[in-house]
Amino acid sequence: MIPLFRRWLAAVALSFLPLGAQVAHAQLSIEIVGGAASAIPIAIVPFDAEGTWPLAISQIVGADLSRSGMFRLVDTAGVVPRPVRAADVQYPVWRARSADAVVVGSMLPTPDGRADVRFALVDVVKQTPLVQMSFVVAPAQFRITAHKIADIIYEKLTGDRGVFSTRIAYITKQGSRYQLLVADADGYGPQSIVSSNEPLLSPRWSPDGTRLAYVSFENKKPVVYVQSLETGARRAVANFRGSNSSPAWSPDGRKIAVTLTKDGGSQVYLMNPDGSGVTRVMTSQAIDTEAFFTPDGQSLVFTSDRGGTPQIYRASLLGGQVERLTFEGSYNVSPKPLPDGKGLVFVRRDGGRFEIATLDYATHQVQVLTSGPNDESPSVAPNGKLVIYASEGGGRGILAAVSIDGRVKQRLVAPATDVREPAWGPFPRS
Amino acid sequence: MRNLLFVVIVAAALAACSTTPTTEAPVEDHGTSGATAPGTGAQTGGAQGSGVNGSNLGGGAGADELRNPNSILSKRSVYFDFDSFVVKDDYKPLVEAHARYLQSHPNARMTVQGNTDERGSREYNIALGQKRADAVKRMMTLLGARDGQIETTSFGEERPKNPGHDESAWAENRRDDIVYAGE
Repeated sequence: MIPLFRRWLAAVALSFLPLGAQVAHAQLSIEIVGGAASAIPIAIVPFDAEGTWPLAISQIVGADLSRSGMFRLVDTAGVVPRPVRAADVQYPVWRARSADAVVVGSMLPTPDGRADVRFALVDVVKQTPLVQMSFVVAPAQFRITAHKIADIIYEKLTGDRGVFSTRIAYITKQGSRYQLLVADADGYGPQSIVSSNEPLLSPRWSPDGTRLAYVSFENKKPVVYVQSLETGARRAVANFRGSNSSPAWSPDGRKIAVTLTKDGGSQVYLMNPDGSGVTRVMTSQAIDTEAFFTPDGQSLVFTSDRGGTPQIYRASLLGGQVERLTFEGSYNVSPKPLPDGKGLVFVRRDGGRFEIATLDYATHQVQVLTSGPNDESPSVAPNGKLVIYASEGGGRGILAAVSIDGRVKQRLVAPATDVREPAWGPFPRS
Repeated sequence: MRNLLFVVIVAAALAACSTTPTTEAPVEDHGTSGATAPGTGAQTGGAQGSGVNGSNLGGGAGADELRNPNSILSKRSVYFDFDSFVVKDDYKPLVEAHARYLQSHPNARMTVQGNTDERGSREYNIALGQKRADAVKRMMTLLGARDGQIETTSFGEERPKNPGHDESAWAENRRDDIVYAGE
């Protein structure tokens, strides 16, 4: 476990943006507005000696778990002496506080200025430790470490992989200034990737998290760009006549699907990430757009009005078959496949309201997750459990998130800024 | 010494370009106008350009025609019904007039910019706006304009004329704007 974690840390450090002078971009604040039906009560005891460091790891762990909506933090005040290791945990004390689990730990300094971070996750009901780990990290990595600990606890107790170590990309608009920003999944540390006086939209992560494709109007028309997050180098990869938009990466990162109008109407094409090798996927007399690869890389789901109204279809990249997937209502768009391959998330218009919904391929069931009235641009977390989307609140654009079962709801707001077009990044490479 | 001077000049140029302290990753210019530079922004919709290049518009008389408020040619916007890209009868005289202008001024060039109201998917709206622009172009080429005289593009819902959120604002945003080169 420990050697793997060190390698993962090194990989994550390389994939982050080079940090220049930090500018305080409008930070997203995230609030829970609805929790899981049965949130797990967990006590996160402040780690020993963490007050001596600039960052208290247990606080970030607690914030992550609480924000997920799957956990309810139990009060830890007044437990003396403070437990630091699994052996210190007195189960009756925590059962009396209705905690199902307790997290304890320490951040002791090492001679070379780093911290020896140790934590234990203890099952109060079974009265046994579940996880005990330790690693030595520099202060610059405390935040990543806290998210990693939260991921471990989340996975151990829910069975699902945590997404606390992921990043989100989103677009902001202030007056006539547009920015594409990347922040941690908890909203911390937004960094500007592109800034423009013309609209930006459709940011899309490469599967390895190193590049973003997006649409920019800086040329007074929509053009698809690909930009490296590590170097900042950007390149217009689709700038044909008319409109170029809706980039979507293949799961192996080798192709990008795009919507081009160069041969007449909006049609779906594939190309290499450098813009070469453009091939047409299918031909229709309709608008075909918003093509996304299914997780197995073998099909595209896309929006088309070939049936008269915008609906969602699936095209096999192997056999060329196209199948219609949505049949209720007159406007079903913006399909985003779920990572388990069993369905997709999309936007439906119902009586004038735009809502986020899921479609199960096997049962054909549609489950509505939000109520609108103007919810759009859904993006699925890599564990398939949360959907982030664009919504409205307080007279401006905000982001929101909802769990795939519709129960956990979050709002992500930035002050005095319109926020839209979220894109949930992949799991960090490990 | 020359290297240092070069660095100083580049640094000064960069400082002049950026309007805010920046953590943006450096933008590599591949021949397009860099996104970090302040946009000059072609005016959309009915702009009465002051610096019109007479030769682009086929001569002084032509430019005056386009800007004469009494001429139908000064009207540059075609409006559409919800979810539709059909050019309504109301606007056919306008489209016809611009088509005839292009036909009689072979050096004239225009761009038709398609727009939608704010409702629904941004990406689908780019496609819908493009379809609206192409509908006007098709009509014009049938009426005598040459294909090469007309570019089309779409702003989707991204450049509303009216920032409101009601039916009248939406109606104003569902439009094509005709912009002549040099305006």
